[in-house]
Amino acid sequence: MGFLEELKALLPGGRVLTREAELAPYESDALTAYRKRPLAVVLPERKEEVVEVVRLCHRHGVPFVARGSGTSLSGGSLPVEGGIVLALNRMNRILRLDPKARIAIVEPGVVNLEVSQKAAPFGLLYAPDPSSQPVSTLGGNVAFNSGGAHCLKHGMTANHVLGLEIVTPTGEVVRLGGEGLEGVGPDLHGFFVGTEGLLGVALEITLRLLPRPEAYHTLLAAYDSLEGAGEAVSRVIRSGLLPGAMEIMDRLSIEAAEKAVRAGYPEAEALLIVELEGPKEEVAAEAEVLHGVIQESGASEVRIARSEAERQAIWKGRKAAFSAVGRLSPDYLVQDGVVPRSKLGEALREIQRLAQAYALRVANVFHAGDGNLHPLVLYDGKRPGELERAEALAGEILRLCVRLGGSLTGEHGIGVEKKAYMPEMFAREDLLAMERVKAALDPKGLANRGKVLPEEAHAPA
Amino acid sequence: MPPLRPTTLEEVQEAVLAHPRLRVRGGGTKPALSAPEEGEAVLDLSGLRGLLEYQPEEFVFTALAGTPLGEIEEALGVHGQYLPFDPPLVGQGATLGGTVAAGLSGPMRHRFGGVRDFLLGVRFVDGEGRVVRGGGKVVKNAAGFPFHRLMVGSLGAFGVVVELSFKVFPRPRATRTLRVEMGSLEEALGALEKIRLLPLDLLALDLLPPATLELRLGGFPESVAKRLERLKGLLGGGEVLEEDEGHWRGVRDLSFLEGSPIWAKVPAGLDRIPLLESLPLGPRRYLDGGEVLYAGLEAEGLRALRAAGVPYLVLKGAEEPLFPRLQHGFFLDVKKALDPLGRFPLGWGHAA
Ligand SMILES: Cc1cc2nc3c(=O)[nH]c(=O)nc-3n(C[C@H](O)[C@H](O)[C@@H](O)COP(=O)(O)OP(=O)(O)OC[C@H]3O[C@@H](n4cnc5c(N)ncnc54)[C@H](O)[C@@H]3O)c2cc1C
Ligand SMILES: Cc1cc2nc3c(=O)[nH]c(=O)nc-3n(C[C@H](O)[C@H](O)[C@H](O)COP(=O)(O)OP(=O)(O)OC[C@H]3O[C@@H](n4cnc5c(N)ncnc54)[C@H](O)[C@@H]3O)c2cc1C
Repeated sequence: MGFLEELKALLPGGRVLTREAELAPYESDALTAYRKRPLAVVLPERKEEVVEVVRLCHRHGVPFVARGSGTSLSGGSLPVEGGIVLALNRMNRILRLDPKARIAIVEPGVVNLEVSQKAAPFGLLYAPDPSSQPVSTLGGNVAFNSGGAHCLKHGMTANHVLGLEIVTPTGEVVRLGGEGLEGVGPDLHGFFVGTEGLLGVALEITLRLLPRPEAYHTLLAAYDSLEGAGEAVSRVIRSGLLPGAMEIMDRLSIEAAEKAVRAGYPEAEALLIVELEGPKEEVAAEAEVLHGVIQESGASEVRIARSEAERQAIWKGRKAAFSAVGRLSPDYLVQDGVVPRSKLGEALREIQRLAQAYALRVANVFHAGDGNLHPLVLYDGKRPGELERAEALAGEILRLCVRLGGSLTGEHGIGVEKKAYMPEMFAREDLLAMERVKAALDPKGLANRGKVLPEEAHAPA
Repeated sequence: MPPLRPTTLEEVQEAVLAHPRLRVRGGGTKPALSAPEEGEAVLDLSGLRGLLEYQPEEFVFTALAGTPLGEIEEALGVHGQYLPFDPPLVGQGATLGGTVAAGLSGPMRHRFGGVRDFLLGVRFVDGEGRVVRGGGKVVKNAAGFPFHRLMVGSLGAFGVVVELSFKVFPRPRATRTLRVEMGSLEEALGALEKIRLLPLDLLALDLLPPATLELRLGGFPESVAKRLERLKGLLGGGEVLEEDEGHWRGVRDLSFLEGSPIWAKVPAGLDRIPLLESLPLGPRRYLDGGEVLYAGLEAEGLRALRAAGVPYLVLKGAEEPLFPRLQHGFFLDVKKALDPLGRFPLGWGHAA
């Protein structure tokens, strides 16, 4: 029996897709500039099926890519030539939500937002809140160590995963971590988070839940320049405050968000959103300090959310910014570099200069508190050469972030998109150590082959 | 053999290549972990110390692994910042590297998380003498394999950590502590369960068996005063501790374990506490809303933990500090990749 026949025997009921039309939706993720036709797409419904499929792949040497909702912006869930896609959306059950232990145990295909929704009646939430939270899955979040606006205070996905059950590329099922906040021995689950599916497939994920903050104080400030907004962020930090979130949008992204969702934002070169969260007395005291700081920062207009509805209105534009920018341009590339906070101004100025040099528009919307930039490079894929120019510009931006002491990615991962830039950030020895770990766990190189690790690392010195 | 005491990265590399088996020692505050076994050379990292980079506005610092925590805390304190995971044994000379390798956090981990949540990047020398960097020096980073998180609790199994970058936070301006005596363990556990679900933003929430809770608040002085009153209302009273800072310094230096021959860290959790309380353990305290237990034991207590199948890490006073032993393929494969000859602890016949 050949590989495909065995696969079909493992997953009955039409859950192995091989027809052209069925495969098409899986050819790319949210980075649509890259496309690959997989050999087949399989739709497991139970973890035992995933394990059997992985073992079959191992036996036949067939590469596989796990896929959640395919919202990766870096080509992380792009299929591998001749390989299969393990589409995990049907594994979408919350297996246990235990308010006493403050944990949720979920299948990998559970959508991020659903955990917080299910936890809400107990006064709990799942903290990492990527803008894609209504669609992206926890399996994808785990693979990419995804973050969101509220990462400054609460950290990223890795900080909220307590345990994992995974199947390694050779088909071994192991439990890493546990159900508690403290363990003994190496933090292997912490290590798995962020390895982009190269070391195995997450079958079950144990998440920590936090009490929902008692009070929020959300402020929107308008500035005449992007630097002005950036400087305000530094002032907030220097004042000793620790906001839950600090986000900046530039003129282009404000316009896009306005067109898309009519958030009612003021006209400005830049908007700063600062959100405080915590017990009401503490938030009240912090708010006073914050207002003093913002007053001195030269904001042209300041709005404060007086109700949950007004708070949601402020966030609506920000959360919609990526998709809204799609209205300004037929195509765009989202970058995700990080710079030290004090270098934000310099980074933004340089990005503007590069945009002019490449004759492309760049919209900026970013997690200012973390120094995590999201420059959106707008281009028109139908115009010859424009994608290449956009990619070259995006590459310059990545180099810039590394040069300023930052990182290639804050939350979107390396995928296929940024792997060529890994040697800018890591020395050859660092990359070879990653290769060795990959090779030890995946001797046939089947799990998400061709992602993250640059080809240069293999080349002899 | 006298300990090797490298003062440069190159000397660490040389030491690793020259010795088939090594045991790293930071400050030596967790002797069960840092004392050499038969045939192991001791690599004393106290010569690799110092703060390399610190920009308060970035909430980030980078330091050499042998730096005593006390030194770090002093530098951070000048700018009103602190290590929110509240590392234990600072007073006894624990180092940054030893704290990460042992995976230890103190009572204030309750507020924002443990050592694993604040480590951003590392440089380490692997079992082949190669220098490897993982993570970065910015508060957010998702590039490459996160070797830094692998080092947390690793007990030195994958390499000698030489340099670490951490995230820090502004220190609360004022702190107060409420101590409440409950009628019984059941009552105390009931209260813990309730409090854990409330958005109280406590810095610390400790259970001193059988039935005492200690709750620490931090923030703006006026807000702390008001929240303290609310907390009293919620718990039906309690005593406000006279001195706050000194009390908690004692807790995180594990002074309640003084006099016990064996010191252990035990992952707990509300559901497991009744079981733990039925075992013959010595002086002890549950931190972080009952999530972790630090206990002083006699040999009998350790046997009881093992018999009950409860995992533990011994910091002091026992031969085999880690239970259960790590055996699965994922761990061994990573170990094989980074320490193929088994120079470092864990695996290939080592106890820990
Ligand atoms: C209360 C108390 C008082 C003590 N008083 C003294 C005293 O006065 N004099 C004395 O000599 N000893 C004393 N000791 C013992 C001594 O402090 C310990 O032997 C010492 O190990 C503490 O260092 P550390 O806390 O940084 O971590 P360590 O205990 O050194 O190390 C913990 C673990 O981390 C590993 N590790 C440490 N650093 C690294 C690194 N950079 N990379 C990889 N792995 C690493 C170790 O191998 C070990 O597994 C005392 C101990 C205690 C508990
Ligand atoms: C509009 C928009 C906004 C976004 N905003 C954010 C944001 O704010 N923050 C942020 O961090 N990201 C953001 N993203 C990126 C993306 O949503 C995240 O990376 C998300 O975690 C991907 O989840 P997914 O389920 O779509 O995964 P996919 O795209 O399907 O897969 C992503 C990666 O995870 C791997 N993977 C999936 N499931 C598993 C599993 N079970 N085991 C092992 N590996 C697995 C895949 O192989 C792939 O490498 C955004 C994307 C879009 C389109």
